[in-house]
Amino acid sequence: MRGLILSIGLIWLASLSSAFEVEDHAVFGDQDAGQVLRIISTADIAFFEPMILSYLESHPGVAVDYTVAGSSELMRALYDEGLSFDLAISSAMDLQTKLANDGQALRHSSDQTQDLPDWAVWNEMVFAFTQEPAAFVISNEAFADLPRPESRQQLITILRQNPEIFHGRVGTYDIRASGSGYLFATQDARTSDTYWRLTEVMGTLAPKLYCCTSDMIEDVASGKLAIAYNVLASYAEQSEHADAFTIILPSDFAIVMLRSMLIPKSSQDPELAAGFLDFVLGQTFPRGISPLLQSNSLEQANESALHRIRLGPGLLVYLDQFKNRSFLAEWENAILQE
Amino acid sequence: MSGPRTTGSIRQRLLVLLLLGAAVIAVLLYLVVQSVARQIAQESQDNILAASAISILDSTRVKGGELSIDLPYSALSMLGSVTDERAFYAIRLNDGFLSGYEDLPVSGDYGGAATAFRSATYLGEDIRIASTRRSFSTDEGQALLEISVAQTLAGMNRTLARITRISLLVGFGFFVLSALMALFIARSTIRPLHRLTESVSRRGPSDLRPVAAPVPSEMAPLVLSLNKLMARLQYSLTRSEDFIAEAAHRVRTPLAILRTQAEITLRRVEKPENRQAVREMIRAIDESSRTAGQLLDHAMVTFRTDSLSREDVALHALVQDTVDRLGPLSELKEVSIETARLDEAVVPGDAILLQNALHNLLDNAIKYASRNCRVTVSLARSPSQATITVSDTGPGFPDGGSVKLLDRFARGDNAGSVVGSGLGLTIVKEIVLAHGGEMELKNNEEGGACVVLSFPLA
Repeated sequence: MRGLILSIGLIWLASLSSAFEVEDHAVFGDQDAGQVLRIISTADIAFFEPMILSYLESHPGVAVDYTVAGSSELMRALYDEGLSFDLAISSAMDLQTKLANDGQALRHSSDQTQDLPDWAVWNEMVFAFTQEPAAFVISNEAFADLPRPESRQQLITILRQNPEIFHGRVGTYDIRASGSGYLFATQDARTSDTYWRLTEVMGTLAPKLYCCTSDMIEDVASGKLAIAYNVLASYAEQSEHADAFTIILPSDFAIVMLRSMLIPKSSQDPELAAGFLDFVLGQTFPRGISPLLQSNSLEQANESALHRIRLGPGLLVYLDQFKNRSFLAEWENAILQE
Repeated sequence: MSGPRTTGSIRQRLLVLLLLGAAVIAVLLYLVVQSVARQIAQESQDNILAASAISILDSTRVKGGELSIDLPYSALSMLGSVTDERAFYAIRLNDGFLSGYEDLPVSGDYGGAATAFRSATYLGEDIRIASTRRSFSTDEGQALLEISVAQTLAGMNRTLARITRISLLVGFGFFVLSALMALFIARSTIRPLHRLTESVSRRGPSDLRPVAAPVPSEMAPLVLSLNKLMARLQYSLTRSEDFIAEAAHRVRTPLAILRTQAEITLRRVEKPENRQAVREMIRAIDESSRTAGQLLDHAMVTFRTDSLSREDVALHALVQDTVDRLGPLSELKEVSIETARLDEAVVPGDAILLQNALHNLLDNAIKYASRNCRVTVSLARSPSQATITVSDTGPGFPDGGSVKLLDRFARGDNAGSVVGSGLGLTIVKEIVLAHGGEMELKNNEEGGACVVLSFPLA
């Protein structure tokens, strides 16, 4: 932790006088350093801190200014307000793709990016560095007498047969409020019809809708929920109460979200950003040396059942207002039955 | 002899023309491949864009009096399926913007087609736009829905770059191949000319036969002219030789009579100065008749060598016979003539000519030798050839045996008062060459001239 100055606070927010909503902010490294790398990210500080520290160890003359914002706030900051950041990190693949597609990102090509697998890079602008599968998280206590649901189909059957257990105890994303939830839902729906049947079955059980993965995990751990659907497995594995629940990657298909980086065109130091980006990619590929949390369930999963969301213009489809409106309408129809 | 005036080389001209042609075709090939490929690449991109636009249009239906557009996932994902492309779309209703990218350039002219295409620059990159439209009847009346789908050109440019490389390679390869073929063609076109040249220049000095080897039809007139020229040459050559022989023959008899008369006169004349004058006259007559004789000999030699007979000739007998025949003459000149070594040797040839050659040679030797000289003749046989050596103890050749002596009518500087025509050695040489042999003139180390004739044995 040598040379690390950590400051968390919203004082900075006032001085920035910006319209987008900052959730958290920290500066790592020597604040008087000549170079400052300004990152805007959807990932919590705690999540990304090990990577930044590891980077600073080999780059002592650099300070990292880390701003946390929601994915749509990040979009607003870069797209609508044109604020300057050197690196944008987000789990909202669709929004990252839109930023790049609409010319808001700089291209970057290096030895490091040449070796990336195809799914991890789009147009030399968006670079994926984590794979985060969406999983079922089931409460061990609630499922004590029930079979383990290995697929959506089995889950549907179990939910249908045991309404008394599951009524009011099923949780999933409120896809109107959560970008990740929306992304998972649209990819689910695109991949299989089972999603709509499952959503309808959940709709009959008075489901609880969440904005964030961590709240769902907490509620499963505390027993408030018997099952949470589409939870980020990597987060669940990190929970302090991980022994209270089981994480299951559905065997029919598991949607894998990619957390990705891009260099906004507003970057004041694209070279520094590119250096950091290459550093992160170097830690991530080949798999295994990244200080970021890695999903164990992903390691054990059957590769053919993994459905990595593909970066590319296809993701723009669900951002279309018509599509968005009709998808949300259909979803509301299914899940809000009371 | 200076070479003929030339105006460039046919081969080079042919080569340059062929290469120029090949270069032009190679460049054309490159351009054609390039433009066709560009068109195809453009068309295939247009097709994908059109398919995307149409799939969006097809997903549109009127639901409860209102337009409902269910943008298919594939409509945009197909645009980035092969290469990473940025994709844009715009949905407009009656020229009012509905969804997508509002400032995406409008596709202009449909020109009667279902789909319109245009190229433009958008958000800092070159794009290709496809638009299609359809009319729907809604509650508000007829509505014209226009879908535009656009894509960046990275993939197409990459394809084009690859095609450019390939077509460059094709053009270059074609050129190299053509160049090789041009070289070969130029060479084989010229080859008959080379062959003709070779066959003409390989000929012996008196070979004036017409060219008989087959030649390409384009060269036939040349060969025909050449043959005619040679025939004329042959004819005029023969005629002049005939003429000389005829003249020599006619002059010989009057000369003999003249000589007899001169000798009779000599006996009658008593005044020393008159006798001297008559003697001079006789000498001149001798010289003339000898020349006439040798001219006749020469004509005979030319005639016989033209159609050389090849019988077996016993050289040793021939040498002995010739030496014997010249015995009286040598005694008269007080020159001793002897045979040193006489191997048995049989060569194919014309006995009369060979004897003539030997006779001329020995006659020469005796004539130019001084009094009390010794002339030695030897015949040596080796496995491949028979060698006749004639050497004397006289003054030897001037300049150690110059080749000049072999020319017609050339006489050595030391010939002095000896009667001679200068044809002797020329005749010998022609006979030896006609028999495929060689003749060498040299001076002996201890003084005296030496002539070596060698004949192949078979």
